[in-house]
Amino acid sequence: MKQLRILRLALIILVIGIALFYVFPLDKNINLGLDLQGGSHIVLECVDSPNAPVDSDAVNRVIEIITNRINPEGVKEPIIQRQGERRILVQLPGMDDPQEAEDLIGKTALLEFKDESGVTLLTGAYLKNAQTSFDRFGRPNVILEFDEEGAKLFEQATVRNVGKILAITLDGQEISTPIVQEPIPSGEASIVGQFTVEEAQRLALLLRSGALPVEVRILENRSVGPTLGRDSISRSLKAGIVGLSLILIFMVIFYKGFGLIADLALLICMLLIMGAMAILNATLTLPGIAGIILTIGMAVDANILIFERIKEELQMDKTFRASIEAGFSKAFRTIFDSNVTTLIAAIALLYFGSGPIRGFAVTLSIGIVVSMFTAIVVTKLILELIGQHFTKNSLV
Amino acid sequence: MDIIKDTNIKFVSRRKVFYIISSLIISIGIISLLFQGFNFGIDFAGGTLMQLDFNQGNITVAEIRNVLGEINLASSTIQSLSDNEFVVRTAQIGLQERQNILETIEHRIGPFEVLRVEMVGPVIGESLKRLAVLAIIFAFIGIILYITIRFQFRYAITSIMALGHDVLIALGVIAILQKEITIPIIAAILTIVGYSLNNTIVIFDRLRENLKLKLHSPLEEVIDLSINQSLSRTINTALTTLLPVLALCFFGGTLSDFAFVLLVGIIVGTYSSICIAGPLLLELKKKGKISTKTFAPTNQRVREQEVKINKKVKSKKVKKEKR
Repeated sequence: MKQLRILRLALIILVIGIALFYVFPLDKNINLGLDLQGGSHIVLECVDSPNAPVDSDAVNRVIEIITNRINPEGVKEPIIQRQGERRILVQLPGMDDPQEAEDLIGKTALLEFKDESGVTLLTGAYLKNAQTSFDRFGRPNVILEFDEEGAKLFEQATVRNVGKILAITLDGQEISTPIVQEPIPSGEASIVGQFTVEEAQRLALLLRSGALPVEVRILENRSVGPTLGRDSISRSLKAGIVGLSLILIFMVIFYKGFGLIADLALLICMLLIMGAMAILNATLTLPGIAGIILTIGMAVDANILIFERIKEELQMDKTFRASIEAGFSKAFRTIFDSNVTTLIAAIALLYFGSGPIRGFAVTLSIGIVVSMFTAIVVTKLILELIGQHFTKNSLV
Repeated sequence: MDIIKDTNIKFVSRRKVFYIISSLIISIGIISLLFQGFNFGIDFAGGTLMQLDFNQGNITVAEIRNVLGEINLASSTIQSLSDNEFVVRTAQIGLQERQNILETIEHRIGPFEVLRVEMVGPVIGESLKRLAVLAIIFAFIGIILYITIRFQFRYAITSIMALGHDVLIALGVIAILQKEITIPIIAAILTIVGYSLNNTIVIFDRLRENLKLKLHSPLEEVIDLSINQSLSRTINTALTTLLPVLALCFFGGTLSDFAFVLLVGIIVGTYSSICIAGPLLLELKKKGKISTKTFAPTNQRVREQEVKINKKVKSKKVKKEKR
């Protein structure tokens, strides 16, 4: 008996130690979801158009181009993944502006040079490079450099249109309407639009990475700015601390010495949940925090079940040790059955849920399993170790 | 401290009152559902949502609606979170149109920060609806199977009926208040499913145990006894779960609605476990389908041991009294 108890004590200390080791520092070890740290979650679908049907190659090319368009300095760990046949998932953590991502991805970036009658003479497909520069008035512009074939086409276009307008359009919108002064054989052109330095830079980036080979449609976009993310964290932290404190107080008022033990078990439970999150490399989302807050309430339930049973046993004039044994063995099946049903609902969510809601299912499931462990193993051991020092009255 | 101690409330004999109260609440919910329907959020209906934080306060919903009216979007939903924070929900619109809206608002009302942008297309909305329904069906089937294995099919049916009662009331409240149905709300409903069962099972578990010990008493009394024995636990657990959910309701921001639905679920779930589930089990028995014998546990040996322990306790008590 005694040896077993020491073994259990060692197990608990080991588990707590592992959790402490993995959890701290919190901000490095717990992955925050896009809804908490700010960022964009976008699902695209490649769609057929008359002159550009979708094939597997086109989808891969779209992925490549989008990867090129994303500024590596602004986005820490972008995820660009193919989902099924035609869908692409793009996750960009840490974007400052919730508008920006879709702006960057959604543009087909089809650059066209058109004559006055609207006939396309040249497209961005022949571009070798695009860079920002400033013209002699200090206005930002974009310098285009064509490849060999493009340079020939561009020369022909300028020869034929001297003195006329050669419109430059992006995705069908005119961005510049220069008048051709003389034929340009060098294969270099500049777009002087009315844009800011940033806009010119973005345009150059878009042109450099090239046009998307097929049409894409944005099916879903969930973008959260960093301000809202920080706000969500501070709000839910407040809710969590208030909720936790209220429960700690409630338990001491209603269950005295037992309450203190339950409180200790609850704090250990919280630590273990965070530890499990860190070890499983799970992502903490806003609904995930809600799951943890809910678990705080449900975790004490197991303790309440046990204490109520022990109380009953004590009322039957059993000894303290016998009451603990009987109380635990009777409460165990109840705790198990009632938690498994909650777990079934959580797993259903885990299976069918998407995005942030999966975070809720994850923390709820972890919470259920961990709270069962703390109630059945931790609470019991504490009771056995220090129980005999309490008198019956100080406990109940 | 004990609020509830050694109660002996006759729940089962008052069951008609409980049935009437429940049917009334459920009917109001269903009527509201028929007339108003659900207010599906963009997660399911598709659409675009923008959350804006204006640099200055004192901006009204009407001001924003006026501006949107000029660009033919007057039918958009505008929700005020504070006097400078607003959520604007429109039909599904493209990037170009969205920028147009934001520019117009900035021009006419003032500068703001875009806190959040969400756009859900009809394809995603439809597949989410399907997934939500599947999740709920899957959870129900899993739970029925589990309770049937651990208890009995009739217990499973009764638990599911009590559960349906809770979900119907929660959905009714959502419909009456026209709360937006979003993914977090579906998560809240599934949590209610788990929570409500949790409570019912604790009471049924007690009943299962008592039926073994008190075979001579009528079922009605054993059900009442089991509910009363678990009452202190049921109420205390409801309170401890309510505390953090209340905190979330107050501080939650975007999670407030989620917490609110949970709040309703916890209250209704506690009520139904105490007042509805037990009596319903009796109704099934009345139809002559359950005999106390069918409640006999699957694991006979464990039970026999428990009876032995109980006998020992009793004999100890007797000895004491003799002294």
